[in-house]
Amino acid sequence: MKHLKLGVLLLLVAASIIACSSDNESPQEATDTFDRSAMLVNWADNIIIPAYDSFNTKAISLNAKTVEFNANPTEANLQALRSVWKDAYISFQNVSMFEIGKAEELRFRNRLNVYPANAAQIESFIDSGLYDFSLPSTIDKQGFPALDYMLNGLAETDAEIVAFYTTNSNAEGYKNYLQTLSETISSLSNEVLTSWTGGYRDAFVANTSSSASGAVDKLTNDYIFYFEKALRAGKVGIPAGVFSTGTLPQNVEAFYKKDISKELLLEAIDASRDFFNGKSFDGNSTGQSFKTYLDYLNTIKNGENLSALINNQFEVAKTKANELNGNLAQQVETDNSKMLATYDELQRIVILLKVDMIQALDVSIDYVDADGD
Amino acid sequence: MSKSISNYLNRTTQAAPLAVFRVLFGFMMFLSIVRFWANGWIEKLYIQPKFFFSYYGFEWVKPIGDYTYLIFLICGIASLFVALGYKYRLAIIIFFLSFTYIELMDKSTYLNHYYFISCVGFLMIFLPANAYFSVDAFKNPSKAFREIPKWTIDSIKLMLGIVYFYAGLAKLNSDWLFKAMPLKIWLPSKYDLPFLGDLMQQQWLHYVFSWSGAAYDLAIPFLLLYKPTRWFAFALVVVFHVLTRVLFPIGMFPFIMIVSSLIFFEAGFHQRIIRFISKLLRIDYSKMVAISQMKTYRFKRNLVLPILALFFVIQLLFPWRYLAYPNELFWTEEGYRFSWRVMLMEKAGYAQFKIKNTETGEQFLVDNTDFLTPFQEKQMSTQPDFILQYAHYLGDHFASQGHKNVAVYAESYVALNGRLSQPYINPNVDLMKEKESFRRKDWILPFNNTIKGF
Repeated sequence: MKHLKLGVLLLLVAASIIACSSDNESPQEATDTFDRSAMLVNWADNIIIPAYDSFNTKAISLNAKTVEFNANPTEANLQALRSVWKDAYISFQNVSMFEIGKAEELRFRNRLNVYPANAAQIESFIDSGLYDFSLPSTIDKQGFPALDYMLNGLAETDAEIVAFYTTNSNAEGYKNYLQTLSETISSLSNEVLTSWTGGYRDAFVANTSSSASGAVDKLTNDYIFYFEKALRAGKVGIPAGVFSTGTLPQNVEAFYKKDISKELLLEAIDASRDFFNGKSFDGNSTGQSFKTYLDYLNTIKNGENLSALINNQFEVAKTKANELNGNLAQQVETDNSKMLATYDELQRIVILLKVDMIQALDVSIDYVDADGD
Repeated sequence: MSKSISNYLNRTTQAAPLAVFRVLFGFMMFLSIVRFWANGWIEKLYIQPKFFFSYYGFEWVKPIGDYTYLIFLICGIASLFVALGYKYRLAIIIFFLSFTYIELMDKSTYLNHYYFISCVGFLMIFLPANAYFSVDAFKNPSKAFREIPKWTIDSIKLMLGIVYFYAGLAKLNSDWLFKAMPLKIWLPSKYDLPFLGDLMQQQWLHYVFSWSGAAYDLAIPFLLLYKPTRWFAFALVVVFHVLTRVLFPIGMFPFIMIVSSLIFFEAGFHQRIIRFISKLLRIDYSKMVAISQMKTYRFKRNLVLPILALFFVIQLLFPWRYLAYPNELFWTEEGYRFSWRVMLMEKAGYAQFKIKNTETGEQFLVDNTDFLTPFQEKQMSTQPDFILQYAHYLGDHFASQGHKNVAVYAESYVALNGRLSQPYINPNVDLMKEKESFRRKDWILPFNNTIKGF
């Protein structure tokens, strides 16, 4: 028994020495824990729901303008419709990253923004009048890219485009397709928003579990997945030919509209950065976020100031993206090196998020729940 | 010297502790297989992936499609037979082979405790674990013995002692002791534990856990061996492993270790367990005691001792092989596996592969999700041997698709124990030209930091 007591005593002494000395090293040690539920509340109430709300308003007016245009297909109405389409498309960049809950169930991003649109298939759908947008096989024949084709890609001039909805032998077919496209966007958006306001918000905010099914873990994964696949690869890397043997200028976002692909990219970068920093959708306040979470964890770890590194890298990437031509397809064709430079800077953000931030938050990057040791 | 050795080898002890160990070990293995199957992991880990990461020298060990279930079935049945002590020798050999085969199919799933089970399984092939309280002994009293050589039980104690002690040694490094890493990363994320969540945020607790974890691993074999501290040690074992079970996703391992450490207790304790199980299963305990012969189990061949001696020499030396490599072990992982380095570091990585035509300079990046599961990708991105094997797979794949003069480059970043991520693999090295071997991998970029210690 003597040995036993001695052992316990030694352990306690060692432990208390370490405990004391570590206290002395960092007097400003965090005394209470980071409030994850406050972060979820900030995400839901100040960012996600207002962003969906704003997008939904745009989607409603997209649908309304489509009805107007179909009733009276003139060049002026085409331009009016195009303008609300653009507003809605830009607004969509603020919700695309939140593929969780209803959005995940509906495959919201895939339904709204898979590009390039498959023009030949769209034509054959219009021809036959038979299509079901809920089928996964139709994702590249609907959403904003399909509308891009219908509003900007049918012909060169506005007069020729309007002709598809007036004098074309299948003008009704074109009108119906256009209407279904806008209606689908509007109804999907409404479904997601209603889900958030109708109860999902409370479930989301309450789900503070640290497991892979917890809201923080899930949305972190969604956010990084979006940034890596949809933003970095989709908007820049794929058209720049990073993943193929040649460049693919026809794969830029809003290919037919030509002049808004850069605007969409910048909006998406801003939205991602604001979400990282917990900036409210109306821009008036900031709350708990990845940034404050990382800062809190760093008071424990005393490592590199990761949130500052990430913010700096966002700035660098934004600067590079700003140098691009308004039409990214043109940028690819004239001087792809600028696209590649932008891609490289976005890639550095991916590494900071996917390696460093993930490690700091101790969020697992996949949902495989195999054992560790 | 040799006389004391032969004296030791001739010492005998009651067979009960080994019999109880056999029953519990077999039963735990059976549960583990059932759990693995029920979780859908056979499908997820061994059937769905298109590509499997092999161990060097065991490239021929692969999942066999839907028949992989059969291997698990065989393994599960064998472990039940081990528990029952029915056709024990054959059962434990089949268990060892099938379990090890499963373990070797894909190194993405490498876990120290699977290796531990393979080691114990191998050891048990040579031990008379069916001499007592087994179907074999019931059916054939000539195989029933009340006494067995003492060294047979000691060999399992030694195996357990090696696992703990080496795991403890591995913790004696500057990151673990002086930075409380990686516990400083892992513990704060357990904020939602009832009662403990807030405590997990405290720095002093991270240090207490780090130091007491190292002390526990180093001391526990001795505390278990020494009779006066044995119950206290067992209480520590239970507390320690239950705590690790609460904090980390480590499956059955804590329970297996708790049950295994019972082997350190006296025979009388195990007789009580056997009596308890007998009552539970309505087995006639007195009859069982009666049929077992008073004489001691004798090993007929003298092959067993040299094999086990060699086995333990390898066990003792193998974890030190990392000393043969000049670079930081945690960074390059040369000699990391099979060394009882358990829950020792936090590594996150990102690896992207570039396929380049060396003639035309045409190049493109690979989307890893086309070839790997998220779990495999995660394992691959921080371990050089995975990166090399995957690079060769990609090179061969694209060559077979008609790409010419294929070179494969990796651009990768790894963050270790909370340090900022840094480039990992030399992006200018064509990995198609590198071969897997035991030689040092000079295409791993240097770790711009030092971690002192074992």
